[in-house]
Amino acid sequence: MESVLGRYRNLTILVGVLFLQVLGLAVQVKRTGDAENTRLIRVWAVDAITPLERALVWAQNDTSNLWHNYFFLRGVRAENRQLKQQIEQMRLEQVRLSEDAEQAHRLQQLLSFKEQVIAKTVPAQVIGSSGSDLSRSIYIDKGSNEGIATDMAVITAGGIVGKVLRVYPSTSLVLMINDQTSGVGAMLEKSRLQGVLKGTPDGAVILERVMSDEQVAPGDTVLSSGGDQIFPKGLPVGTVTKVSPGREMFLKIEVKPAADLSRLEEVLVVTEKQEQNAVVDSGVRVRAADILAQRLPSVPDKPVADAAAAAGASGTDKVVPPGQETGAGTKPLTPVESSVKPEAAQHAATPSIAKFAGVGPTAATPAGAKAVSTGSAQGVPVNGQTGNSQTGNSQAAKKTAPKPASGDPVVNSGSPNAAASNAAGGLAKPATARPKPPVTQPNPQPPATEDNPN
Amino acid sequence: MPITYTSGEQIEVYRFSIPVTVGVPLLALFLQAFVPRRLPFFSIFDLPLLVTIFFAMARRNPISGLFTGAAIGLVQDMLGAYPIGIYGIAKTVVGYGASSLGAKLDVENAGARLLVTLGFYLLHQAVYFTVARGMVSLTLNWSWSREILAGLANAVLGVGLYFLLDRFKQRT
Repeated sequence: MESVLGRYRNLTILVGVLFLQVLGLAVQVKRTGDAENTRLIRVWAVDAITPLERALVWAQNDTSNLWHNYFFLRGVRAENRQLKQQIEQMRLEQVRLSEDAEQAHRLQQLLSFKEQVIAKTVPAQVIGSSGSDLSRSIYIDKGSNEGIATDMAVITAGGIVGKVLRVYPSTSLVLMINDQTSGVGAMLEKSRLQGVLKGTPDGAVILERVMSDEQVAPGDTVLSSGGDQIFPKGLPVGTVTKVSPGREMFLKIEVKPAADLSRLEEVLVVTEKQEQNAVVDSGVRVRAADILAQRLPSVPDKPVADAAAAAGASGTDKVVPPGQETGAGTKPLTPVESSVKPEAAQHAATPSIAKFAGVGPTAATPAGAKAVSTGSAQGVPVNGQTGNSQTGNSQAAKKTAPKPASGDPVVNSGSPNAAASNAAGGLAKPATARPKPPVTQPNPQPPATEDNPN
Repeated sequence: MPITYTSGEQIEVYRFSIPVTVGVPLLALFLQAFVPRRLPFFSIFDLPLLVTIFFAMARRNPISGLFTGAAIGLVQDMLGAYPIGIYGIAKTVVGYGASSLGAKLDVENAGARLLVTLGFYLLHQAVYFTVARGMVSLTLNWSWSREILAGLANAVLGVGLYFLLDRFKQRT
């Protein structure tokens, strides 16, 4: 026996070494907590390799920055001009999208939807890869010292990248979405069909678990569905490039990732997510009709007696003697302002809207008594609600009446007709004759006339 | 491309200094992890495999060769996302085979090195695929055209690399 072992000593050692490795591999595959079992030896390898990568990336970036920021500035002007044009186009697009988003938020709020938002991210730099053509994973230069933990989402501005697989003190291993062991809950933007996004051995990305009788076309956008509890819902994942019949009753949908996974340099790690009710962002949005209403000239002023009578009749508007009004920055209130729905009044009270609408607190400060609206502008439905149901909203705005030519104070009647006519675009004339707008009117727009209603 | 069969006495056995023994494999692992992020096509190369083949063939000692392959392969596994041992097993086999072959054949000329590297690359991939599919249940597709192309690319790079590393050889 000994002679046999001695004769085949090399082969025996080879078999022994292979057996030990196969045994170790089997133990790792059997146990689910593989990452923890092999953590220590992985830390050694990572500590040996990543400092070099980190140093090289640092040197490379510094050299690159020096070159691009100080020496190589050719074409910057042209690029700047191009970017400005792009910004203008994006602004226009933003206006359109913000309206849609606001409507969606409003509906979500009505339905008490919970939404996940990204509360905190940590930027990180990609310093290396796993060193294997078959394993699609990258190393980033942030680890547990910076608050990174396993299963955190890693994204870029373009789209999702992957999730944190292992964390070391100053580095982390990120498993990308094109690795065959990854899985991401995804859905198609238009049809809202949900599936599982997986990587293939050759590094492509496919969407699985979509039934073959569904309609999916190349070019469809794929978003994260949030079903994996890692990626927040709605993040861009990629675009469908090819649809073909897959195994069993499912489609094989090939997806081009939105993020360029082969050329990643900087990524964001989502370290904190919050779940909250959908909130309507009512403080900064204003409808075009409201802006138009604010720009219209005022209706004729009424005597104090009439105003008091009107206030008494409505029971909601108060007459405030001069000097007793509260709140800084009060400004003249055009009839349109007071008669529009309280929501619009609240909008106008915000600095951004005031600026946008050309309304300033310094213009045409009234000397006489001022009418403070309590938000009883009646009869104007706002998103399915009437102005009466929102009493109090516009009180915060503290609108005051404009100074009439005679200096008499006025009380806003909150006429629904006036509001309706202004909301409709200001084309309908008020029942009474229009006075000339104040000389110090802050609005640079010309006064409305019959020929020129705006 | 002559591959001459020589006796053990005619073949020189080389050794390497400790810095080279440790530093060259580490540098290969570092480059393998770093360069493909900047040059994606570089991922077709397997520098740790080339270094394993070089050391194994130069030392001509099967025990030394298999341990060199095991060590380099295991470190490569540690950097990846999959269980440790897949590359370890594949490179152990290659290290053993390359050193055994080096003990019997003169693999000092470029042609021989090209063929040997191509052959061991295919052996490495075959072992890797077998272990990865059989034990770790990874879904891998074997493509002869891709593997031969990658093998040729590695062989060409290997020939250049071997001549570079020949400078570190020390006669025993």
